[in-house]
Amino acid sequence: MSDTREVELARDLLAGKEEAFDRFVETFRSKIFQYSFMMCGHREDAEEVSQETLLKVFESFDQLREPERVKAWVFRIAKNACLMKRRKSVFAPSQELSLDQFLPVSDDDGGHRKLQIADWSALPDTQVLRAELRDVLSRAIAGLPEIYRGVILLRDVEELSTEETAAALDVSLEVVKTRLHRARLAIRQKLDEYLR
Amino acid sequence: MSPMQPETGKPFQDCKELFALLSEYLDEELPPGTCEQIRAHIAGCPPCVEFVNSLRRSVDLLHKFRSGEAPGPLPEAARDELRQAFRRNREGAGFHA
Repeated sequence: MSDTREVELARDLLAGKEEAFDRFVETFRSKIFQYSFMMCGHREDAEEVSQETLLKVFESFDQLREPERVKAWVFRIAKNACLMKRRKSVFAPSQELSLDQFLPVSDDDGGHRKLQIADWSALPDTQVLRAELRDVLSRAIAGLPEIYRGVILLRDVEELSTEETAAALDVSLEVVKTRLHRARLAIRQKLDEYLR
Repeated sequence: MSPMQPETGKPFQDCKELFALLSEYLDEELPPGTCEQIRAHIAGCPPCVEFVNSLRRSVDLLHKFRSGEAPGPLPEAARDELRQAFRRNREGAGFHA
């Protein structure tokens, strides 16, 4: 969900307070870049998408009816700017993920069922992700088909609500929930493989 | 990939039904009754506990994830282009900088 600072910045700009302009640019340029880099896979495209998105945002700022939803509004514009790039994704091809492919394997261990899950307690419990783990996660996200990658970037990385993600991507709530769950299962599986 | 075996532990169908709902469960987007059913199942199913914990941890890591790539400094000309667009829009809305 849009945090208080982002909403305040949007409100200030809507009120014509130009002193909020630089902070708004700084805050959202970084977020748009992260999203578009993970969607497009090219730094140059991500830089262009960031500028094109912010330009569109400022050209149509009076159309932001609800400052509380500024993040969803900005990412909707960013998503369209990414689509306009029309460059073939360097990441995974488009395909559907099925639930069954993520069902964990189980062993029968003396009459007790035991899932083949790695020891997750080995994961570092720090605020900042270790570089190696960040790379694993980055590759796992990049390996997701585009329709799942878009959802997980907005819902889990940017922490938009289900409703905001649906609005940004122009899909239904059910589609967001379905894609999010399959994307999370795919990420969990990759992390589990890394920990083995 | 082999599915979980129904003859050991909880019935297969229970685990599989729960499997489809885990993200909504973690996000607290399910009706209270469904959440209670899931909690009751998990309480008696160690493999599901293990799986739910690993999925929850994955989501926590995603919340902390940043790609490590950052945009370069914004050139002044690009900043001016944005500022002019903002001013034009505000003037159109009745504000004058």
